[in-house]
Amino acid sequence: MSEATIKPRIEKAPLGERMIEKLPVVLVPALAMLGLIAVGNPATWLTLTVAGLAMGLMIFIMASGLTVVFGLMDVINFGHGAFISVGAFVGFTVLIWLGGWTSSPSVFLNLSAVFMAILVAMLATALMGYAFERVIVMPVYGEHLKQILVTMGGLIVAQQLIYVFWGPDEMHVARPESLQGSFVLGEAAVEKYRLVAVGIGVVLFVAMRYVLKSTRIGLLVRAGVENGEMVEALGYRVRRLFLMVFMAGSALAGLGGVMWGLYQETITAHMGQEIMVLVFIVVIIGGLGSVEGCFIGALLVGLLSNYTAFLAPKVALVSTIGLMVIILMWRPQGLYPVVKAK
Amino acid sequence: MLTRLLSGDKPRSRVLTLLLLVIVISLAFAPFLFPGTKSLETAARICIFIALVASYDLLLGYAGIVSFAHTMFFGIGAYGTALAQSVTGPSFVSILWGTAAGAVVAAIFALAIGLFSLRVKAIFFAMVTLAVASAFAVLVSQMSWLTGGEDGLNYRIPRELTPAFKLIKAKVFDVRIDGKLLAYYLVFFASACLFLVMLRIVNSPFGRTLQAVRDNAFRAEAIGYRVVWYRTTATVLSAVIAALAGSLLAIWLRYTGPATTLSMEIMIDILLMVVIGGMGTLYGAVLGATIFILAQMYLQELMGVASNATSFIPFVSDLIAADRWLLWLGVLFILSVYFFPTGIVGRLRASRG
Repeated sequence: MSEATIKPRIEKAPLGERMIEKLPVVLVPALAMLGLIAVGNPATWLTLTVAGLAMGLMIFIMASGLTVVFGLMDVINFGHGAFISVGAFVGFTVLIWLGGWTSSPSVFLNLSAVFMAILVAMLATALMGYAFERVIVMPVYGEHLKQILVTMGGLIVAQQLIYVFWGPDEMHVARPESLQGSFVLGEAAVEKYRLVAVGIGVVLFVAMRYVLKSTRIGLLVRAGVENGEMVEALGYRVRRLFLMVFMAGSALAGLGGVMWGLYQETITAHMGQEIMVLVFIVVIIGGLGSVEGCFIGALLVGLLSNYTAFLAPKVALVSTIGLMVIILMWRPQGLYPVVKAK
Repeated sequence: MLTRLLSGDKPRSRVLTLLLLVIVISLAFAPFLFPGTKSLETAARICIFIALVASYDLLLGYAGIVSFAHTMFFGIGAYGTALAQSVTGPSFVSILWGTAAGAVVAAIFALAIGLFSLRVKAIFFAMVTLAVASAFAVLVSQMSWLTGGEDGLNYRIPRELTPAFKLIKAKVFDVRIDGKLLAYYLVFFASACLFLVMLRIVNSPFGRTLQAVRDNAFRAEAIGYRVVWYRTTATVLSAVIAALAGSLLAIWLRYTGPATTLSMEIMIDILLMVVIGGMGTLYGAVLGATIFILAQMYLQELMGVASNATSFIPFVSDLIAADRWLLWLGVLFILSVYFFPTGIVGRLRASRG
């Protein structure tokens, strides 16, 4: 009797299909291999690869919020760059206040200064995201044209406000003592800060995957991306969920801004707008709305930019456009198209 | 005759007609009405931007497509003419083939981008154009052997268009009839022609279909119009006209550089001009460009004065400093997208008694 219980049958696609679906994962190591062949020298290659991963992960941090917001509410925020800039400026201001901490030789004090800066910057950009969503995005749900225009307007205003608050000049802040300089691994020199950036990026990606795949909120977000109306019909307030995701995305943009600022050590009010070009390329490559795709896209763009910057510095940005074109020829909706039930 | 010239698309508002008449007459007689170098610069800039902004409105207002690559096409036209002048020396022939080459290259680029990314969503096109235009601007500033890099190109234009050339000795109304004046009228009439051609385009069956596609692409497709074809054609047309406007700028300034043609700031300026003037009507471009450039040239000074007058209030004076005028235009931009999506022209037409 007990043998006869009916087992639920879970349909699985055949192995071959699943493999093809997961194919984009191979792209990152493939590109790294190609890079090794093109660069030739393994030590240089290692330096470039770590730099590329660091850059890619920073772009991923900034792009992930954008892509989830799009997936959930069909809103693309052209003003996302403003959060990057504001995050960087707030973070740098905190670092200047904590000047004693950053210049001391203690690793602990250095890192806590950086984390304080990141924390304050994320709080500030999350609040700004709240205001942005309420004032600028909310009145134009469902109208793409107006969304693009209005968020662009928001970007202009935010940039000008940065000028008002922090003055028209760019800001310089040196990285904390213990994050300067580089390790030497064999013949390759790897900058310490880049390793930290890679670390933060990986931790964030894992955390984000955990939240999206294994928590109730993540479940709701994924369901909302798939079919928002259905989730609403089941009694969840998608709008509020969306506001939360928007704020989280803004906070991540702020985090990315601080990290990028520390990477360059110089920030300007329109830095966000410049990075947004890469962010858009990454989001398009990954497939609008897909976090995994965004992650792979960011790594590809980061690696490719660094390899080409070494091999042929003049075409670095153009090469990423080329990458985007090739990927879109292969998969017109991006690497991992988000299936919409709408 | 006039109706025919305007392709039957009249301003449809008394105030608007009056404003347009004032603008056209002022521009037509600018060298005589407002003597001085700065005012002539302003007038020529307004003419060129009317053509440029109208071509953007063709895309944004009539086809409902947001592009951030419009300055790229503008720049291609300008660099086409500039390179022709600096490679083969100043002559009208080189102006002609430089302009033609710029227009053709712009058309090819627009066709490629359009076919590539217009199949999907408006948002997609906006993102792709933003990326491509930035890459193009970077590439132009990197290829300094060809384009002069960040410094841009300085070149000579035919002597007949420079102040050194005197058409007649005598002065007319105290204004010297020199090559600069000829250059101004070249810009004025060319811009006017471009504008009238666009007016013709948007009032043709093609223009009507374009509006149908904008309002309901799905239904237009169902009736049997090839939506992708209409959108791509609109993109190409607006790119070619933008390139021609770029050539005019190159002739007028005798200088072409990334800052005057390709920068993102100019793209944002164009966006502001279209939206504040009024999307979906070419007259909006006339009003938008005129008001914006006058503000750019003269309002900044006024704000500077106001800022100095309030310098004892620390924060307020920063807010209204001369360099912060974009802040207020940005606010105006957001408000106009919310409350008057049809811009100034739409308001004027609505309030017609």
